[in-house]
Amino acid sequence: MTTQRQLELEDLALKVREHILSLSTDGGCFTGASLSCADLLVYLYTEFLRVSPQTTQDPLRDYLLLSKGHDVPALYGVFAELGFIEKSRLQNHLKTHDSIYWHPNRNVNGVEFHSGSLGHLLSVGMGIAYDCKLRNTDNRVVVIVGDGELNEGSIWEALLVASAQHLNNLIVIVDRNEFQANFATEELIPLEPLAPKFEAFGCHVLRPDGHDFHAFDMAFKSLDEKENDKPIGIIADTVRGKGIPSIERRADRWVCNFTKNEIHQLHQELQGHAIADLESEALIVR
Amino acid sequence: MNRYEQILLEHMERHRNLVVMTAENRMALRNIPPYLGKRFIDVGIAEQTMVGMATGLALRGNIPVVHALATFLTLRAFEFIRTDVGIGQLPVKLVGAIAGFLSEANGPTHQAIEDISIMRGIPNMGIFCPCDELEMIAGLPTILEAQRPFYVRYNAMPSLGTINAPFELGSSITIGDGHDVAIITYGFLLKEALKAKEELESQGIATRVVYLRTVVPIDEYTVIESAQTCGLTVTLEDHFQTGGLYSIVAETLLANRVSADVQPIALRSRWFKPALLNDVLVYEGFTGAMIATRIQSMIEDYVVIPIPF
Repeated sequence: MTTQRQLELEDLALKVREHILSLSTDGGCFTGASLSCADLLVYLYTEFLRVSPQTTQDPLRDYLLLSKGHDVPALYGVFAELGFIEKSRLQNHLKTHDSIYWHPNRNVNGVEFHSGSLGHLLSVGMGIAYDCKLRNTDNRVVVIVGDGELNEGSIWEALLVASAQHLNNLIVIVDRNEFQANFATEELIPLEPLAPKFEAFGCHVLRPDGHDFHAFDMAFKSLDEKENDKPIGIIADTVRGKGIPSIERRADRWVCNFTKNEIHQLHQELQGHAIADLESEALIVR
Repeated sequence: MNRYEQILLEHMERHRNLVVMTAENRMALRNIPPYLGKRFIDVGIAEQTMVGMATGLALRGNIPVVHALATFLTLRAFEFIRTDVGIGQLPVKLVGAIAGFLSEANGPTHQAIEDISIMRGIPNMGIFCPCDELEMIAGLPTILEAQRPFYVRYNAMPSLGTINAPFELGSSITIGDGHDVAIITYGFLLKEALKAKEELESQGIATRVVYLRTVVPIDEYTVIESAQTCGLTVTLEDHFQTGGLYSIVAETLLANRVSADVQPIALRSRWFKPALLNDVLVYEGFTGAMIATRIQSMIEDYVVIPIPF
């Protein structure tokens, strides 16, 4: 990847983060978990997935399923920037006349399936991947799961079956931001060593830095040369709240619903200016 | 190849869109796997993954027909059924084995006697509880073609020879035209209901039996008509009294502002005694003769309690 391209993607990711921040008021959203996977989604939709705003119904498209559905502001930010949806539509967040709420809905162009209950879309993605094999088409199916989501037994059950069925067109990406809801993962349900777990369940595993476009490029390009019949597990090491230091790696910044004044300051912070002075109480939900 | 497998294959030959899945339960599927090739998937003992995969397969235009024991399918995978198949409104067909009394001596872990209650709580989910193998075969093509999810209580018991009208969703078959008692039922208990009818009629109680070809959608017209025509309406089912046929009939009548005397024969507040089927029926009071006796006492014991002012 050229430096020029890297800078373009960083610029795009910044715009996506601005969208996420704009949705973090008037009811708010899951800001930190959205910020952690913004770079990942930007990379996938610009460099990897063969899907465009015009081909979201094409049977030959690549699929992306957001199993950790609460980070949907990042997805909608990407969709708005790449023309899957009108940018102005994001103003309909949480409004009854649209379908843009805290979890994904298929009424939004580009959303493959709804989610919100953790541990579901890996097996749904496997059904899609299986059908693509039945039809001998070379679609790839990417499923993004959260690290907290790995607590769900259905993930591990599905991996056993994905491996048994040799679904090498399936790519499971863990947004490893080290937090689940209100706790650090290693404090509540330790996951490390994580890569060997995926390997033991039959996956071909890669572990790139989840905020480095060059690292993504190395990892995803290496898949082209991969010649085996294993499903792919990618553990993207990320930071919850990435890009806004005052909420980065904070267990108490799970659901964020900032005041207008705070949002203004956080936009400044995102641009690298002064750190915001946050007064609103951290919300403990779940 | 059994008749059920034949129907699946016939559908497959016509439409090329079936995927037959099982969570390592091949009771009904011993011979079909080689004929289906990659369109047969055994996921192992993983009901949730099976329903999730069925969802993905349905999103790509397939009709997945998934198989597991009824309890594990409807309970272990319930949230996947409700959240993926249900919210997605996808035409996944869920086939549960040994539902109701058919789990015989397995014990309460295997007793699917709340399956209808929870499946009908999912909007647009159809429910088909055939009375015997012939009826299952008669209904299956329509169920497979219906553009909605369906739950099926698998039943390959020998044919009663009672039903031969063409199958239609939301229809029913009424046997007899007695005005004293109407027995409304589904599934294999139709056989016992018919025995009870004979027994009751030998004692001068004119009886009709209404067999529901699908429980959801239900034949509202016939339910209302028989409740209005007969002195006593009895719902008969191998299911908990809560949420099953008794509730469905009661809701149907109430919503249509019909008052009628409706009594349940169902399982109340406990799981049934595990044993071989005939012994279960005797122990739980579900043989034709015992059903007749229970209905007789419903008629005899009925006293109008005056409402105190």
